[in-house]
Amino acid sequence: MSADVDQGRRRLLVTATALTGAVGVALAVTPFVASWKPSARAKALGAPVDIDISKLEPGAMLTVEWRGKPVWVVRRTPEMLKEVGQAKPFLLDPESLNSVQPAYAKNEDRALKPEYFVVLGVCTHLGCSPMPKFQPGDLTVSADWPGGFYCPCHGSKFDLAGRVWKGVPAPSNLTVPPYSFVSDGRIVVGTDATHAA
Amino acid sequence: MANQNDGTIAGGGLWGWINARFPLDKMLKQHVTEYYAPKNINAWYLFGSLSLVVLAMQLVTGIYLTMSYKPAATEAFASVEYIMRDVDWGWLIRYLHSTGASAFFIVVYLHMFRGLMYGSYRAPRELIWIFGMLIYLALMAEGFFGYLLPWGNMSYWGAQVIVSLFGTIPVIGDTLSEWIRGDYFISDITLNRFFALHVVAIPLIMVFLVVAHLLALHEVGSGNPDGVEIKKYKDANGVPLDGMKFHPYCTVEDILALGVFLLIFCGVVFFAPALGGVFLEPPNFEIANPMQTPPHIAPVWYYTPFYAMLRAVPSFLGTQVWGVLVMFGAILIMFFLPWLDRSPVKSIRYKGWIAKVALALFAVSFVVLAYCGMQPPSGIFPLLARIFTIVYFAFFLLMPWWSRMGSFKPVPDRVTSNAH
Repeated sequence: MSADVDQGRRRLLVTATALTGAVGVALAVTPFVASWKPSARAKALGAPVDIDISKLEPGAMLTVEWRGKPVWVVRRTPEMLKEVGQAKPFLLDPESLNSVQPAYAKNEDRALKPEYFVVLGVCTHLGCSPMPKFQPGDLTVSADWPGGFYCPCHGSKFDLAGRVWKGVPAPSNLTVPPYSFVSDGRIVVGTDATHAA
Repeated sequence: MANQNDGTIAGGGLWGWINARFPLDKMLKQHVTEYYAPKNINAWYLFGSLSLVVLAMQLVTGIYLTMSYKPAATEAFASVEYIMRDVDWGWLIRYLHSTGASAFFIVVYLHMFRGLMYGSYRAPRELIWIFGMLIYLALMAEGFFGYLLPWGNMSYWGAQVIVSLFGTIPVIGDTLSEWIRGDYFISDITLNRFFALHVVAIPLIMVFLVVAHLLALHEVGSGNPDGVEIKKYKDANGVPLDGMKFHPYCTVEDILALGVFLLIFCGVVFFAPALGGVFLEPPNFEIANPMQTPPHIAPVWYYTPFYAMLRAVPSFLGTQVWGVLVMFGAILIMFFLPWLDRSPVKSIRYKGWIAKVALALFAVSFVVLAYCGMQPPSGIFPLLARIFTIVYFAFFLLMPWWSRMGSFKPVPDRVTSNAH
């Protein structure tokens, strides 16, 4: 390197070239990063689903698929609703303050109509699908089990309104998806008056 | 024999012609025939070359599997059955690959334990350790992506749980896990991209890292059970007095070790490829069902220590990101080993009882956590997992103190070994 090189100028040029190159690299990487997002087809397949609940018996549960996740519709009996009213002492978030649900389901029953409970059957811990264990005292859970949902993966427990128990891995209540009643016997999951999905 | 571009002919014939154009002879000498390994290395030093052989086997069997496998949600499960039933020797190629995955982790875990015992990660070998840890991370990623490919129900739900780990990160979590899956759930799109990562991206990274691991090793030289440097005493030709040529002295040992390894390995491949549900889990013989979680979900055995730690941490402050942080922290903390260890000696041979007890406790905690991770989260297992998660972390976090405590035996000036 000869003595008459302007080092300050050289440093400026090297820095400017490197920065311009970095911007170019960032721009060139963008399409590759963005290509991993849900594609147009994946988005289209995530459209709302229509569910016929007219034939659902009291105490029974219906599972339908929405965006690859199980959506449960439980027709709760008066006894089950009574259990929901008494579950509060076990629960981490009985008022659903730290849980995800539409405003119209942010009540004790977590439903538009208390009789019909619509919820995503996906554990808020790590996305397993909990099991319906509606029978009080179901020995596959515990003898003092009041009835609800039990996740076999990591032992999280939820009541009959999908509210999470204290001291289990799941941090919040089961998620209620946006839904609405089209008529008495039909609901649509994935869309309602406020959410367009 | 000169082989530089200095105008001299490096021997005659084809050999000379090649060496005038490519440093073949130089590389062979540097890495094989004139690479000097310590004379006192023992059986613990065989797992490095074994893991290289397993890597090669996984590459070859993997390439053959891709010839019949279909990376699509509607076809993947059936194409694996096709490989098992209709492709000539397909069952063998698949069982070599699936057993090879477990064998890879076994030899790597033993290789790493050797490092812990003899202080292989201590200066000047910190980078060898770091490259090794990166290989281990790549291996975990490779195993994870590969496990989705058969599209069995455990494949599906295992992927679901692991991708959801990223969903626990506050604010960006949901978008991040959607980005990883490329969909709102584990779908055909996810399967397709995991296939690309498993078959192309990660293997390329792994091969590159293995080369870096070996170059770093051959630059500073192999360690040994005495934890002394053989380069300290050299003869007139610059050859370490306590060194032996890698070829033929180490290669014969490695070939013998390979024979023993293959005896056990083939025993598993031919007689117990599922190894009682540990190498291949029973729910994976059913096709993936997004509506139905297997009654008991557990990752394959080689991830279970970390899975047990994930489950051991309860959620608080409305999030369960803590368990995820503990799990990744358990792996990350190993990178810092060279700087956590302040012992005046490298090898366990010259350490006092404190270091021996600490290492034993660590090994026990790893095994107990692995067992807890395979069991349902009930009974005594959550408590055991919590206790041994603390033991695991205490081993590393308190190492700067316990590694200096107690008495140490004097380290010999040269390696201790008997001629054999």
